[in-house]
Amino acid sequence: MIRFEGVTKQYPDGTVAVDDLSLTAPTGKITVLVGPSGCGKTTSLRMINRMIEPTSGLISLDGQNTGRMNEAQLRRGIGYVIQHAGLFPHRTVLDNVGTVPRLLGWDKKETLERSRELLSRVGLAPELADRYPSQLSGGQQQRVGVARALAADPPVMLMDEPFSAVDPVVRDQLQDIFLDLQSELGKTIVFVTHDIDEAIKLGDQVAVLRVGGKLAQISDPAYLLAHPVDDFVADFVGRDRGYRSLQFQPAPRLPLASERTVLLGEPTTGVSGDWVLVVDDSQRPLGWVEPSRVSGAVTTDHLHRGGTVARASGSLRGALDAALSSPSRRGVVVDDDGELVGTVRAHEVLSLIEAADRPDEDKADAFAEEGA
Amino acid sequence: MEWVNDHWGDIFALARSHVWLAGLPLLLGLLIALPLGWAARRWSRVYPVLISASGLLYTIPSLALFVLMPLILGTRVLDRVNVVVAMTVYTVALLVRTVADGLGSVPDHVLQAARAMGYRGFRRFFGVELPLAVPVIAAGLRVAAVSNVSIVSVASLIGVSQLGNLLTDGYDRFITAEIVAGIVACVVLALLFDGVILLVQRLLTPWVRAQGGRA
Repeated sequence: MIRFEGVTKQYPDGTVAVDDLSLTAPTGKITVLVGPSGCGKTTSLRMINRMIEPTSGLISLDGQNTGRMNEAQLRRGIGYVIQHAGLFPHRTVLDNVGTVPRLLGWDKKETLERSRELLSRVGLAPELADRYPSQLSGGQQQRVGVARALAADPPVMLMDEPFSAVDPVVRDQLQDIFLDLQSELGKTIVFVTHDIDEAIKLGDQVAVLRVGGKLAQISDPAYLLAHPVDDFVADFVGRDRGYRSLQFQPAPRLPLASERTVLLGEPTTGVSGDWVLVVDDSQRPLGWVEPSRVSGAVTTDHLHRGGTVARASGSLRGALDAALSSPSRRGVVVDDDGELVGTVRAHEVLSLIEAADRPDEDKADAFAEEGA
Repeated sequence: MEWVNDHWGDIFALARSHVWLAGLPLLLGLLIALPLGWAARRWSRVYPVLISASGLLYTIPSLALFVLMPLILGTRVLDRVNVVVAMTVYTVALLVRTVADGLGSVPDHVLQAARAMGYRGFRRFFGVELPLAVPVIAAGLRVAAVSNVSIVSVASLIGVSQLGNLLTDGYDRFITAEIVAGIVACVVLALLFDGVILLVQRLLTPWVRAQGGRA
C-alpha cells in the first residue's frame, strides 16, 4: 500500500506542482492518476520513488516512510515504466530486461533465465532477445520496458504514460496484455495518464487531479462516470460518459436472433435480404456482404468490415456498439471462442439498459465518504 | 626514392618515436578529460569556465609551450617528457568539450530510467552514460589524434627527434626527397591513428551499427 499524506511539492520559483495531496493506492490494485497537463500527476508519481523529493508531507510504502529509506534500494524494489520506454540503446533487449537483477547482484544464469521468461510473458518472440532497442517497433520497445520493470519481481510498479506514444491499435493490445499480467501478478500499481479512456479501462481506482496539483475526485471508474463531483471532473470525464458507463454493466442475457450466414468462398445464391453475414469454417464472423453486389463466390474483397463484434459475456456497451456499427443494424454477438451465437438490435439493447438496475446508490455513497 | 631506400631504418625509428610522442598524450589526455568533462556536465557553472580555459590553452603556440615546459616541470631541456606533457595539455584542451558534449548527448529519458532503476554514481557513469557518449568522444578523439601527429613534428626545433626531423633536416640540406618522405610519413601515421580509433569505436558500439542497419 502506498500512502500520500498531505504531500506538497513547491519549486523554488514558487510553482506549486502538487498541493496537499492525500490518497492511498491499495496493495494489488491499479490506481490511475489522470488529469490535464500541469496537474502534477507525473510529479506525484516520481515522488513515490524519490526521483523528486516532496516539499512537505509524507509518503509511505507499506507503512514505512520512503523519505527515510535508502534511495537506490527503494528504487530497485519499484518497477518503473516511462513513455518512450527509456530503454538503454547500447544494450540488447535481453540485457535491458536483466538490468535490475544485475544491479541487485543476481547470478548471471538466473538473470538470463528470468529475462527470457519475461520476454515471453509480454509476448515477444525469443529471436528478438539479441536485438538492440532501435531495431524494435514502438510497441515492442514498450513491451520490453514492461518486462524490464517486472524483472526483479518488485511488489510496486510506477507507470508514467507508458502506452501514450504508440498508435491506438497497439495501445489497445498493450493495455490488454498489461491487464492480463496484472490479473496474474497482482502488483500495487500507480499509473499516470492524460487519457481518461485509458484511466477508466485500466484503473481499479481513478484519481482525477486538477491543474495546480489538487485532487478533484478519487473513486472506482464506474462511480466516477456516474457521479462526477463538480464541473471540472464532469468535463474531464467527457460528454459521452453516459454511453461509456455502459462498459461497466455486464450484458444480461441478450435476446439473440439467429442469423443466416454464408461461408467465405461460397456463392450467395438463394440468399435474400440486404445484408448477409459471412463466416469462416469455424463459424467465426468475418464481415457483412450485400448479396446483390456479389456474383459468384464471396471473397474477402466483398466484405464490409465496419461492424464491431460483441461478446455475449461482455458489457452492454459492447452489445450496443455492435448494433450501431453494423451496416445491417444487426449487432454480431460471439461466444468466448469467437464463434457466432446470433445478432442483436439496438432497440433491444436499449430496453435492456432501461430495465437494468441503476448502480447501487448505497455503495456509491460509501465510496464518496471514503474519497472525502 | 633513392634517399628513401637508403634511409628506411631512420624513417622507421623516427616514426616509432612519433607514435609515442603523439599517441601517449592522446591516452593521457583522454583520461584527464573524462573527469573534467564529467564535472562540466555535472555543474553548469563549471562548463563555461572549463570550455574557455581549454580553448585558451589550445591557442598557445606549440613551440612556446615546448620551451616553457622545462621551466615549469624542472625537466632537462632535451627530455621527451616535455613534449609528452605539452601534447597532453593540447589533447585535454580539445577533449574536455568533446567529453562534456558526449555525456550531454545521452537522451534524458535514458538517464531518468537509469536513475529510476536504482543506478548511482560510478556505476551509472560507466554502465550507462560513458558507453552512450562513445560515438561523440571518438569523433573528438580522431580530431585530437590528427592534430597531435601534426603538432609533434614541431618538437624537432627543441631537439626531440621524430618525423619532424625529416622536414627540418631536409630543409637545411635541400633534400626534397627527405621533406616529401616526412610529409608522407606524417599523413600515413595520421591515417593509422584514425583507423585504430575507428576500429575501437566500432568494437565498443555495436548498437550504433544496428541502428544504421534498420534505416
